[in-house]
Amino acid sequence: MKKKKAVSKKWPEKWQEVNPGCMVFIPGNASALHTGSWRAQRPVLDIQKCIKCGLCYIFCPEGCISEDSEGFFKANLDYCKGCGICAHECWPEAIVMVEEEE
Amino acid sequence: MGKRVGMEVGIAAAEAVALCNIDVAAVYPITPQSHIAEHLADIVHDGRINAEFITVESEHSSISACAGASAAGARVYTATSSQGLMLMHEILPIVSAMRLPVVMGNANRAISGPLNIWNDHTDIMPQRDCGWICMFAENGQEVIDMTIQSFKIAEHPDVMLPIVLNIDGFQLTHMIEPMEFPSQAQVNRFLPPRKPFVALHPDNPISMGCFNMPDIFTESMKAKETALRNSKKIIVKIWNEWGKLFGRHYRPVETYKAKGAKTLILTMGSMGETASVAVDEMRKKGASVGLVKMRLWRPLPIEELRAAIKGAKTLIVMDRAISFGGAGGPVATDIKSYLFQDKSRPRIVNYIMGLGGRDVTVDDFIAMTKKAAKKKEDTFEFYGVRE
Amino acid sequence: MIEIRWHGRGGQGAVTSVEMLAMAAIEAGKYAQGFPAFGPERRGAPVMAFNRISEKPIKIRSGIYRPDVVVVLDPSLVGLVNVTDGLKPGGVLVVNTSKPASEIRKVLNYKGRLYTVDATHIAREELGVPIANTTMLGAVLKATGVLALKDLSAPLAERFGRLAIKNVKALKRAYDGVKTAQAA
Repeated sequence: MKKKKAVSKKWPEKWQEVNPGCMVFIPGNASALHTGSWRAQRPVLDIQKCIKCGLCYIFCPEGCISEDSEGFFKANLDYCKGCGICAHECWPEAIVMVEEEE
Repeated sequence: MGKRVGMEVGIAAAEAVALCNIDVAAVYPITPQSHIAEHLADIVHDGRINAEFITVESEHSSISACAGASAAGARVYTATSSQGLMLMHEILPIVSAMRLPVVMGNANRAISGPLNIWNDHTDIMPQRDCGWICMFAENGQEVIDMTIQSFKIAEHPDVMLPIVLNIDGFQLTHMIEPMEFPSQAQVNRFLPPRKPFVALHPDNPISMGCFNMPDIFTESMKAKETALRNSKKIIVKIWNEWGKLFGRHYRPVETYKAKGAKTLILTMGSMGETASVAVDEMRKKGASVGLVKMRLWRPLPIEELRAAIKGAKTLIVMDRAISFGGAGGPVATDIKSYLFQDKSRPRIVNYIMGLGGRDVTVDDFIAMTKKAAKKKEDTFEFYGVRE
Repeated sequence: MIEIRWHGRGGQGAVTSVEMLAMAAIEAGKYAQGFPAFGPERRGAPVMAFNRISEKPIKIRSGIYRPDVVVVLDPSLVGLVNVTDGLKPGGVLVVNTSKPASEIRKVLNYKGRLYTVDATHIAREELGVPIANTTMLGAVLKATGVLALKDLSAPLAERFGRLAIKNVKALKRAYDGVKTAQAA
């Protein structure tokens, strides 16, 4: 049995194309799925109020928040689902959720 | 050829595993499998083989540990029985769906309740639909041979499926009888180290056991079903290879004086040998009786079975389990569905017998054959039940 | 084919006896089976174990109901358990007892071939314990001729290591000392 090359389609078309045991051979291929499109609200950071405590980074269930060169923690909007947990946990109230439509 | 020894079959099963260069064994002891677990633990402890013996807290854990180790590329073995197998049930379809070549010895024992520790096939039948290759040994020699063969079959790149080898509890596991072991060199030649299709490793990350949405689940199931069906070809090929090397031949369906017989008895497991003595006795008195023994239960070898029963008028199917409220014993039910549309087929008389350690003697087989001769249509009933 | 049924009490080594006998027979080139009455171990309870020995491969895997030989390991079982149940006409009964054969016959209402030996006494003297299972093997060999005395040495050595010499001595004493009482 040969290993199959990366499948660009979302699903294999035929059962014959299913990898043995539904194995996925491309490490980190979940990054191709931009879950940011699921978002209805986005977090907006007020750097005047931010104390760089990193609580948002710790609590983000998506792991999409990272520290930038100035020490601020910012969400990667390609993956942020807009759950609002960071805003809820941010006790200096530096993060607020804003409707995507606005 | 190896040395002929007298040994308990359960101990021999562990010794056979020791010949197979396993990496990991995760076994939880349960009667009547305990001697396999204990002896294998001894072998590992004494340093006779270089393997990890994982002392798990339950059978759910033993099969899970085996799945993990197998995914990491190890050659793994486990053994269980009855309630232990029932506890493994949740994990069994996952192991086959992940295409992990785990080898399991199952010391067949009745499932509770009421509590009973003796031999029948009610433990393996509920696992029938889990996608494992499922086979039955008839005597101690077959336990040794089939254990070794199982690793080669399971790990074959065109199979990659788990195997459960059924070893009748007590009737086989606790029997001291003569057997021959192949030498370590012979086994090494027959069974080289496992070359996994892929293995979990930090340097080469992959994902196993992935989530399936409705868009792909049906295709996955079709792929699994096809893999199991296709495994028969490889099983037969490896059995033929074994036959050439060791002179002991294995077939999906074994026959004994079956050719041209009007009545055929069909068995699985250790009772086949006793049935063969009954066939001899009935033949001496001129009866046209033969024996068909299913070695391979999943995938069900229907072509071989059709060939074996061709021309027979009556097929007596011995089931050591029952599907309560269903069409009869699981073996007979499967065979009946396959033969349903055949233009000519034998009448199928299905006996539910040998449950929970009820002994089945030569006289019982003769009595069942006589009773079956009087049946005019397909039937299913308990044999030997007091009423 | 010869079929043997052993009666003992749980923990007295009836299973070891059938194991030794089966292994010795196999070692001597014969075909043999040795198996317990399947079930949980119960120390002190009356138990059974079985042997089949044959020149040809043995196919039967059911229990033994019509034995050629019955061996009673524990004297207290006579009269408690129906030890002669199913014993074939012309079969042999081998009993560990200190009592005279006539008394055994009376209790069991048994008229067939009978062999008696005080194996517990021998075991106590030779092994220091009243466990008569290996000792009784000697009586069985003498009574049945199923194997030669020397055939047992290797399996006993493997099982008992340095204690094997004592076991072999006890076994030989029972072999030489077993009393036959011809069919009445």
